[in-house]
Amino acid sequence: MSDLGPARVRMPETAKRGDAVEVRTMITHPMESGFRLNNVGQPIPRHIVQSFTCTYGGKEVFRAKLHPSVSTNPYFVFYVVATQSADLIFTWSDDRGGVATYTAHLTVND
Amino acid sequence: MKSVDGQAQRRKVLRALATGVCLLVIRPATATPESLAAALRETFGDRPITPGRVKLELPRLAENGNVVPVTVTVDSPMTEQDYCERIYIFSELNPLPRVLEVQLGPYNGRARISSRIRVGTSQKMSAVAVMNDGSIWSAAVDIEVTVSGCGL
Repeated sequence: MSDLGPARVRMPETAKRGDAVEVRTMITHPMESGFRLNNVGQPIPRHIVQSFTCTYGGKEVFRAKLHPSVSTNPYFVFYVVATQSADLIFTWSDDRGGVATYTAHLTVND
Repeated sequence: MKSVDGQAQRRKVLRALATGVCLLVIRPATATPESLAAALRETFGDRPITPGRVKLELPRLAENGNVVPVTVTVDSPMTEQDYCERIYIFSELNPLPRVLEVQLGPYNGRARISSRIRVGTSQKMSAVAVMNDGSIWSAAVDIEVTVSGCGL
């Protein structure tokens, strides 16, 4: 059972062509490192988000590979140059087959 | 007579138990500077890593090692001709040396990323950037942690 929770994305809805837009993202996920022990001393199995990607108008503009040292509820801030009015699709995948996506639209003005 | 033997036996058993418990408890739970070096070699081969062009922002003192804000900024124009391809964050003393790997390109406009990471103990964290011309740059920052990144 995957524990991918709701995703949150914060970015402007409109931007001027050529501007670098700040995109802030977060997904709810325990990011269980696999190094912790439960209350009877048995290791808690690893359960982490392994990859996070963002496409803009179908083209990949960000990809992150996560390791257990990334905090619970992985948070990322990055920039994308506004080139066209298009959807940004964010995808998180975890090691138990869970996939979460979020779509945001960016309108570009000249 | 029997009781003396029994005590010796008991000591032996206790000693064996204690050793066993110690062996169980002391397991390699942290990366070492050597395993960091191994991870760097695995990732970058023998290519030289030059300090500079990378700015790694971490709090000097983290109260809670579970959630430590981190920002990496690479000095790069991010044009089609000259851009930063990848940013890596490495740890010296977390259980695993690799923390985060990010792919960027000219479409990002700015070579700057932020995230939140776990820091198991006071140590040196480093960020490495790979440019499209193949050059590799790095920065390292010392961080002190009051409450360890729990379970790391």
